Amino acid sequence: MNKPPTAASVSAPERATPVGSPGLAIETRGLVKRFGHRSAVDGIDLEVPCGSVFGFLGPNGSGKTTTIRVLLGLASASSGDIRVLGKEMPQALASVLPDVGALVEGPGFYPFLSGTGNLMRLDAADRHGSSSTRRQRVSDALERVGLGHAAGKKVRAYSLGMKQRLGLANAMLRPRELLVLDEPTNGLDPQGTREVRNLVRSLAAGGTTVLVSSHLLAEVEQMCTHVGVMSAGRLVAQGPLEELGAAGQAHVVVQTPDVELASRVLRRLGLVPGEAPGTGSPWGTTAVLGTGINGREPEAIVAALVADGVRVRGFTVENASLEERFVSLTGEGFDVVG
Amino acid sequence: MLIALAAVPVLIAVAVKLSSRPAAPGRGPLFLDRITQNGLFVAVTALVVCVPLFLPLTVGVVAGDTIAGEANLGTLRYLLLAPAGRIRLLLVKYAGAVAFCFAATATVAASGALAGVVLFPVGPVTLLSGDTVSVGESALRSLLIAAYITVSLLGLSAIGLLISTFTDVPVGAMAATIVLSVVSQVLDNLPQLEWLHPWLFSHYWLGFADLLRQPISWTSFGENALLQAGYIAVCGALAYAKFSNKDVLS
Repeated sequence: MNKPPTAASVSAPERATPVGSPGLAIETRGLVKRFGHRSAVDGIDLEVPCGSVFGFLGPNGSGKTTTIRVLLGLASASSGDIRVLGKEMPQALASVLPDVGALVEGPGFYPFLSGTGNLMRLDAADRHGSSSTRRQRVSDALERVGLGHAAGKKVRAYSLGMKQRLGLANAMLRPRELLVLDEPTNGLDPQGTREVRNLVRSLAAGGTTVLVSSHLLAEVEQMCTHVGVMSAGRLVAQGPLEELGAAGQAHVVVQTPDVELASRVLRRLGLVPGEAPGTGSPWGTTAVLGTGINGREPEAIVAALVADGVRVRGFTVENASLEERFVSLTGEGFDVVG
Repeated sequence: MLIALAAVPVLIAVAVKLSSRPAAPGRGPLFLDRITQNGLFVAVTALVVCVPLFLPLTVGVVAGDTIAGEANLGTLRYLLLAPAGRIRLLLVKYAGAVAFCFAATATVAASGALAGVVLFPVGPVTLLSGDTVSVGESALRSLLIAAYITVSLLGLSAIGLLISTFTDVPVGAMAATIVLSVVSQVLDNLPQLEWLHPWLFSHYWLGFADLLRQPISWTSFGENALLQAGYIAVCGALAYAKFSNKDVLS
């Protein structure tokens, strides 16, 4: 206890930050999960800041759900350190889990019980849930996900989206410090997707840290403050959303009838012109796409184009979208990495 | 399942009632026919009939479903995340299986007693030792037999719980448990394997005849309880070892 606070970083200089750094809701160091010889999670250093909405991205089979299972103590790590809400896992599992709400790999409920019945049973399984407020908390949670009217119906009669909502209600039975939502909008209608987004935002505004795993990039872009990208068991990028987007190359899109000339100018500037999406614009012009602005000032490019007599009808600089960044990080292939 | 169990003694009673005729000269009354003389025998007869297969069958279904059933529904992960605690979940599940053993046996005994009282005359009961006891005393003996059989099924329940921690397919765990109960009884009938018999969990299953003597001989009750406790301890420890480290991937 009387060790100086710098001891950890001195003894482990290879670590950027010592395990247990404040301000992180989830932190892993060299987390590995092996099934037989195959590493489903291969040494990841995940850092989820407190109060963030962390988008956990990755193609199918990249290890997102496995990571979540290990974080929540459902599976044991093969090696590596894990801290959740500042406590060492899995040793502190029993004291951490009551503060964590989770939806892992789809909802799981008893088909022969009603929505209310299911939540009552799950709440009763938690020793920390007080039984006097149980009924009230269950009906509040159901109301919050829009299942108030279907609360008495058997789960057998629920649609996939309704089960998903029930799973979300279960995650919110008690005020939580951390919510782990694995594919929360799976099977939801557009209204449901919007509601989940609003729900996540309002929870985050209340100080709850939310880890959302998803492969719906547009959704992640809309609600997350931080992003981590998994690929084949490795965490290939993580950080604030803007930083990750900015790391990708921006494009310039030129709208001009003088395609040949513009291409020549762009090539001279060191850009790579290519076919632009959206040829045949309202003015009957063709756009030329230069990949990357290579650190040049956009106005300098316009000036060069105009000086060479290119009739510039439109000029836009587009930042790399999360999707492009995602594909550049995880590869183009459609095949699941096994 | 309890309803099916309750139907067994009723079926026996009705079948005997409809088919009973005076014993052929030179041959004593058939075992089942004894219940025509006293309805209180229906309960004991029904228990005897149910012990080898029907009770193990229902207990196997319940015990095999304990963990594997939750895993199959996907509710296991949410129970663990609640958090229920793995040891606590295992204990509660086993307690549930024990409660079912008791309920199943009690159902057969109660339904048998009821059917007997309705269909046959009731009177003082002659025990295996030749003594005669009153109706009240014989009801007490029936309860004792039910308790004996409940205890007999605890080892099988522990085996079911253990198998259930190994799989996510409840039907597999149920079938394996039931098959084991049959295998154990078959081995118990092979004289070549006599050294093995005292270790089989089904060895004392039909040993409750001692409770129908005057005075009651508690030897088999005690030996049975000790054997079942051994099975509970071993299977419970193994189930705990397996389940506490299990990766819940269902």
